Amino acid sequence: MEHAEIAGLDLELEIVGETSGSRGSLLFLAPEYFRAQHATFVAALAARWRVVAPVHPGFDGRPPPPNFRTVGDLAYLYLDLIDGLDVPVSVLGASLGGWIALEMAVRSTRRIEALTLIAPLGVKFGGREEREYADVFAVDDAEALSWMFAQAPPDLSSFNDDALTQVAVDRQYLAYYAWKPYLHQPGLDRWLHRIDVPTTLIWGAEDGLVPPAMGERLSSALPDARLEVIPGAAHYPQLESPEAVLTAAGLT
Amino acid sequence: MDAWHFSEMAYHPAWEQLGSSLRNVVPSSAYDPDVGADLYHRYLDEWVLCDELGLNIMVNEHHTTATCTTSVCTVPMSILARETREARLLCLGMPIANRMDAVRVAEEYAMIDVISRGRLEMGFVKGAPFEVSPANSNPATLMERFWEAHDLILKAMSTHDGPFNWEGQHFQYRQVNVWPRPYQTPHPPVWMTVASPESARAVGARGYVIASLNTGYARTPEIFSAYRDGAQAQGRDAPPDRFAYLAIVGVGDTDDEGRRRAHQILDYSRTTPRTAAQFWFPPGYASAQVTGQALKHRGPLKIPLRDGRLTTMQTASVDEFVDAGIAFAGNPDTVFEQIREFNNHVGGIGHLLIMGQGGHISHEDTVSNLTLFSREVLPRLAAL
Repeated sequence: MEHAEIAGLDLELEIVGETSGSRGSLLFLAPEYFRAQHATFVAALAARWRVVAPVHPGFDGRPPPPNFRTVGDLAYLYLDLIDGLDVPVSVLGASLGGWIALEMAVRSTRRIEALTLIAPLGVKFGGREEREYADVFAVDDAEALSWMFAQAPPDLSSFNDDALTQVAVDRQYLAYYAWKPYLHQPGLDRWLHRIDVPTTLIWGAEDGLVPPAMGERLSSALPDARLEVIPGAAHYPQLESPEAVLTAAGLT
Repeated sequence: MDAWHFSEMAYHPAWEQLGSSLRNVVPSSAYDPDVGADLYHRYLDEWVLCDELGLNIMVNEHHTTATCTTSVCTVPMSILARETREARLLCLGMPIANRMDAVRVAEEYAMIDVISRGRLEMGFVKGAPFEVSPANSNPATLMERFWEAHDLILKAMSTHDGPFNWEGQHFQYRQVNVWPRPYQTPHPPVWMTVASPESARAVGARGYVIASLNTGYARTPEIFSAYRDGAQAQGRDAPPDRFAYLAIVGVGDTDDEGRRRAHQILDYSRTTPRTAAQFWFPPGYASAQVTGQALKHRGPLKIPLRDGRLTTMQTASVDEFVDAGIAFAGNPDTVFEQIREFNNHVGGIGHLLIMGQGGHISHEDTVSNLTLFSREVLPRLAAL
């Protein structure tokens, strides 16, 4: 892991892939859970891209500063980060990372060439009694994991103590940023028209946390978006069908 | 040592129907308001009786559950402020990190303090893990919200020269100006419950009354010791009146009768674990290490016995609860001796919080239990 000092915050980040001969800079914004399980996916990206993959503050186990506690703060942090990268920058975000990418892009696409969003959280279209994001904190682990994986989920019973602590840290910081309002920013839908870069939405056909219908609504709301649905995968298609995701997103 | 009677105002008629989960997701169709009204009046009558018996009164609150229908602790306490004359009135307590309007908490407490002419004891509690769901309170920021609410409530109760400004992380008001001001000056005494040495140290540093609930022989000494360390670090004394301990108490004319009563009340303890697993470890409520380990070892809740063995809370016998120091049960002599022994073990407690009602125990048994305790046991506690 490398470190970068951005806006007074010590950011932990992984930088992999060659600079020369690559397709450019790719900011990979990880989802809330299972970052360690993304190593194969990130390595595949690094074959074609100079991949910059920050660890969202808090998810590294270090509490963020007291005035850093919203997904909007994460968006500004990473806008500052890509100011220092070679352009053009592509942004790839999954789930929470996709939400951060949306929040970045409604603020500024000045240095962003294209977006790939895998089952992004963050936008609510429905009414007050519609739950668009399943309540993962109100069910047991087996049920929550069944929403996230179409195939066998990671086996928590095989995790060592450090990995189990990381699972708890991940849940803690998902709550820190997104407990209430739950997994979305009210009003974000109001500004999606500002995202004036080509956007690919990737959705697992069997996503039970936020079903592909959300992808269709986002695809309609974004100025230049297409939706690709990956069969046989749920909320983390990049873990269940990485090759299909890379192909569908045109990232190979 | 003084004594306080505590009941959770359980709605036990629904326990059997609801099965393994008594909280959070249980439909209120299981609650019959006619039966519930009778129970509320019965429980209030038992608290009013305490005033005659020389016992003080403790209420708490839980949400969305058949184990406790006190969903707002200040509601029964408001009634009791009017219906009693002598008893001290302890709310233990108000889950201030889950109450999104802290000034309203100050107002409720101040009104009760004035109506009761200064008999309120003011509990501020973190609340059980399964309480964050009903309040939709962010568990990842719970303790910072707790301490900010604490600071704001005490300032609101002790400021008498007009409005002040509060623009904090979790609470924002531009004109904080609480009426009425509390009867007690600068504010009613503060109590906090704790479940770990770390939080006990923080309470000791502030000199508040610490209440340790059902922590028994095994865990209470280290909690009280941490409180003394925290007090000493701030140059404070930690006399017995700073220490409270909650136990189930069953007194009868005979040991068998007392043990039978405790056995019934202990269904309070046995029903506590009947909560769906995901509500026990909301994200960030406990440390990541503790929460991570719970992913691996999510077995039934255990209580430690005096010899170090563990027994299962949901099925433990009255003798095991007595051995653990969670229940005191028997005839008055037996119960006094159990309390005396426990008191010595933990270094002296000033307040015994007795759960004198719980589970399916009848009103008649509850009255007899409280009456025997107050007449035969309480006078002897004065010497401890």
